[in-house]
Amino acid sequence: MTTIAELPPGFADKVLSAQSTFRSVMDAMARPGSVQRIVPGAGTPETMMRGTAAIALTLFDHDTPLWLDSRMAESSGVVKWLKFHTGAPVVQNSSVASFALISDGGALPPLERFAFGTSEYPDRSTTLILQVERLDAGRSFELRGPGIDGAATLQAAIEPFDLFERLHVNEALFPRGIDVVLVADDAVVAIPRTTRVMSKGS
Amino acid sequence: MNAPAYNFAYLDEQTKRMIRRAILKAITIPGYQVPFASREMPMPYGWGTGGVQVTAAILGPADVLKVIDQGSDDTTNAISIRKFFAKTAGVATTTATDAATVIQTRHRIPETALHENQVLVYQVPIPEPLRFLEPRETETRRMHALAEYGLMHVKLYEDIARFGHIATAYAYPVKVNARYVMDPSPTPKFDNPKMDNCPALQLFGAGREKRIYAIPPYTKVVSLDFEDHPFEPYRFNAPCALCGAENSYLDEIVTDDKGSRMFVCSDTDYCEGRQTAGHHGSLSAAPYKEKAGSHG
Repeated sequence: MTTIAELPPGFADKVLSAQSTFRSVMDAMARPGSVQRIVPGAGTPETMMRGTAAIALTLFDHDTPLWLDSRMAESSGVVKWLKFHTGAPVVQNSSVASFALISDGGALPPLERFAFGTSEYPDRSTTLILQVERLDAGRSFELRGPGIDGAATLQAAIEPFDLFERLHVNEALFPRGIDVVLVADDAVVAIPRTTRVMSKGS
Repeated sequence: MNAPAYNFAYLDEQTKRMIRRAILKAITIPGYQVPFASREMPMPYGWGTGGVQVTAAILGPADVLKVIDQGSDDTTNAISIRKFFAKTAGVATTTATDAATVIQTRHRIPETALHENQVLVYQVPIPEPLRFLEPRETETRRMHALAEYGLMHVKLYEDIARFGHIATAYAYPVKVNARYVMDPSPTPKFDNPKMDNCPALQLFGAGREKRIYAIPPYTKVVSLDFEDHPFEPYRFNAPCALCGAENSYLDEIVTDDKGSRMFVCSDTDYCEGRQTAGHHGSLSAAPYKEKAGSHG
């Protein structure tokens, strides 16, 4: 049995690390497709990348129900680490989750299982934090929308392969929708619901 | 007695997390007002409690902070907020628009064009543009949900019927990303065009009304108008008396009780910069120079 003493540590400096992590995520969200770096300052439990761990410590607390994909949920290290460092409740019902942590993109459930928010409160939606293989190479995508001067190009190796096709629901549902944060180690790219993504081939 | 009395940037970490989550959702839904659990701040409502909370949530030790009140770096509100963050966060402060990474503003957008590495934080008294037309929050929320903004156009039309032009001079409503009608805070409508396609991130905080909203960079922001009565930014028809600027927003200053007045740039940093660069207006030897000796 894992004891508290064996858990990977949280931020060494929780105030300033949370601030710098937040600014990276905010910049990523404000400039979709741009690759932002998170300065890793925390330990990471198994299956969790450094960027994901930093985002968890920065944004999660008792007010944010979490949904974990099966690979994360089956790791007692992840569950205990999240519980100890953030206090966020882990829920089984993904449609009430503020955040969903996905380590196995291939097993991403249909997006309808998450919260899209309501027309009156579109902010009450799930933010997906999706761990991906790479954000510096791979298939090419063209991004357009608020935060982007004209068009931006993203090169990424991600699963599920049809993620951006699935995110087309954001176009029909707006202002309701799903916001996605892609994490590859310490690199972060955000795809807010306003971003339109087109595949440019490889 | 060296123990710090406050957390970095005053707010506790739980509050910052809550505000940070609200900011992220605000960015993803441009112009939509995200409710947040606004805290009491050590200053009265109306003095920028919303802007201060947003600034406190984003500020880091490497930031350079500028605070303006009606364009001026030198008014009580601007000075006290600047000192507040210099004390609680130890950040560098500046009055130069170019040098700032975070600019908190009350009722103006700087004349100097903003760039990508900047965040503009607005202090907002009443975030709901429809509030004076429909006092019920439940109704305005539904109007936003349905994008039902006819009432706002009726209001602007009534301006035209009564005055012959759209008489709204500040807090002039805008539509963000072709979806939400948004109150730009009580900025003069002169500043509205600067919000459109702005390279900097714009964040809005309303402390008393507990709302945060945002305009991401490079986002379309259109001032509401009619085909036959297009939006026109208003400006006094005069050059600045100190720096001679012909295209800046001007304050009117009454100088005696016989009707004399002068017009000066509302943006003090812009005006001082122009004077340093050798531009002069008709009243360049104004009392202003006595205290600002560095500008010769």
